[in-house]
Amino acid sequence: MSIRARVLDALGTVYDPELDEPVTSLEFVSSCDVSADGDVDVRLRLPTSQCAPNFAFLMAADARDAVGRLPGVRSVTVLLEDHCTDDEINAAVNRGEAFAQAFPGETEADLDALRRLFWRKALVARQSRVCEALLAGGATAEEVTARHVADLPDDPEARRCLELRRELGISREDGAAAFVLPDGRPIAAVDLRRWLRIARLVRTSLESNGGICRSLLRVRYDLPKPEEIEA
Amino acid sequence: MYEKDGEKYFVVDGHIHFWDASPGNWVKGQEKYAKGWIECFHAYQSLGPAETHWPMDKFQRYSEEDFVKDVFDEGYVDVGIFQPTYLKEWYAGGFNTLEDNSKLAEKHPDRLIVNGRWDPRDGEAGLRRLEEDAKRYDLKGVKLYTAEWREGSRGWSLKDPEAARFLEKCGELGMVNVHVHKGPTIWPLDKDAFDVRDVDYAATTYPELNFIVEHVGLPRIEDFCFMATQEPNVYAGLSVVVGALMHARPRFFAKVMGELLFWVGEDKMLFGSDYAIWEPKWQVEGFVDWDYPDDEYSDFPAVTTASKKKMLGLNAAKLYGIEVPEECRLPVSPETPAAPEDAQLVEGAA
Repeated sequence: MSIRARVLDALGTVYDPELDEPVTSLEFVSSCDVSADGDVDVRLRLPTSQCAPNFAFLMAADARDAVGRLPGVRSVTVLLEDHCTDDEINAAVNRGEAFAQAFPGETEADLDALRRLFWRKALVARQSRVCEALLAGGATAEEVTARHVADLPDDPEARRCLELRRELGISREDGAAAFVLPDGRPIAAVDLRRWLRIARLVRTSLESNGGICRSLLRVRYDLPKPEEIEA
Repeated sequence: MYEKDGEKYFVVDGHIHFWDASPGNWVKGQEKYAKGWIECFHAYQSLGPAETHWPMDKFQRYSEEDFVKDVFDEGYVDVGIFQPTYLKEWYAGGFNTLEDNSKLAEKHPDRLIVNGRWDPRDGEAGLRRLEEDAKRYDLKGVKLYTAEWREGSRGWSLKDPEAARFLEKCGELGMVNVHVHKGPTIWPLDKDAFDVRDVDYAATTYPELNFIVEHVGLPRIEDFCFMATQEPNVYAGLSVVVGALMHARPRFFAKVMGELLFWVGEDKMLFGSDYAIWEPKWQVEGFVDWDYPDDEYSDFPAVTTASKKKMLGLNAAKLYGIEVPEECRLPVSPETPAAPEDAQLVEGAA
């Protein structure tokens, strides 16, 4: 595998924290150049110049970390393009500084709380897809809520649920409940319908936000328009 | 008014603009932001039908004639409500100001309503200004944009102690309709700028005010819905929902409408075209024709002609005290119990 291919793989593990989708599939990586000596230059682009600076910072910083960890990479530069705070973000990210240093005096804390908030939303949304697929396959609420981590299907959706559980400090052991609230407590069968109603709203919110982002990115960078994407 | 299949719809467009984003109005040294802002708006326009897209130069600054044609002559709008957005850090004379809007409104007094604005960071001077504006323009509402940049500050929250005096002033002077628009920044920058919990706080603290959350809190529809179910004085502004989704992503549009109808309800949803991002014509026509595309949506509340009449105009007319022609009103159903106001009417007539 070439270094460039490994760099792209690494970028595939960098998620838009708000949408919980990889920056690669969102087409946020506009270019990725790797020199013979292992100097990597990644350019990121976003749907609008006004996208929230905190999420933009996280993506740029995460990209730099993910690529920088790879063997064979000598240096990494990540540049966010065409953004209203790109100067601030690029300077801080490429010096390895924190968000607070990009925007001195404009922050109260680091971005961990923001990240956790969106991991929780993402877990709710993704679990609901897995859960609905099981119900559509004929499982009852009792059966679904009795499932364990070991019973989860081996598909990208369920795998991402487990990654999110790891980030949130929720047990991923085989015997742990398959479907949990963001604080780790199992969802009870009697609460499943209500939980799904709420989860579906969270999912619709994330999906429609992602839909608008994709549409705007295509317009902004004149990308080919695929069919409407439905999750 | 829009008429389809014998039904008459009174249209109140709850979210319109008359802006100047032409390069002549860009603040020197801030061109990057002024240009970025209007380019972002222009990209949104492209989510509507192709035949409604404008070239950038027209989009930056359109004429009064364009406005009258698009909104009144072809857009079916009976009454439009101007929501100002100042952005004076980027646009020298402001992007879309109360002063400019009112010049146009003076020429169409029965068809345009101007809303004011305030910013808690303006302090005492801002409060005086708000009082003057309220008097001079007979304001019934304000539009608040919490992400506005101002002298090094990138935004504010309705929870800020300084905002309290302004909210109280709104109640005192009858500017009861508070339209809130969230944007990508807020102080502090590490918080989710789109969070609507400050609106929740304000709605609880000021029950005499109506809080219309523009763009239904997009991209935080879920937080907005959870709040709106609990707060009787919180409303959903549908601008952007219709403009950005109905044409470009109809299945998402159906899901979002379904969720809004379920959590917020048809009595608290207000149409807005967000003109000139999108022209009202195709939005009104499409909205009246709209229904869920298939059975996948069967557990969402049904949408009826009456629901659409409410959302397109009757709900906003109620909030702003706009007289609705008899032919466009909904019949009072016999099951509806009489309200105390009805008794007063009878007494007054006797």
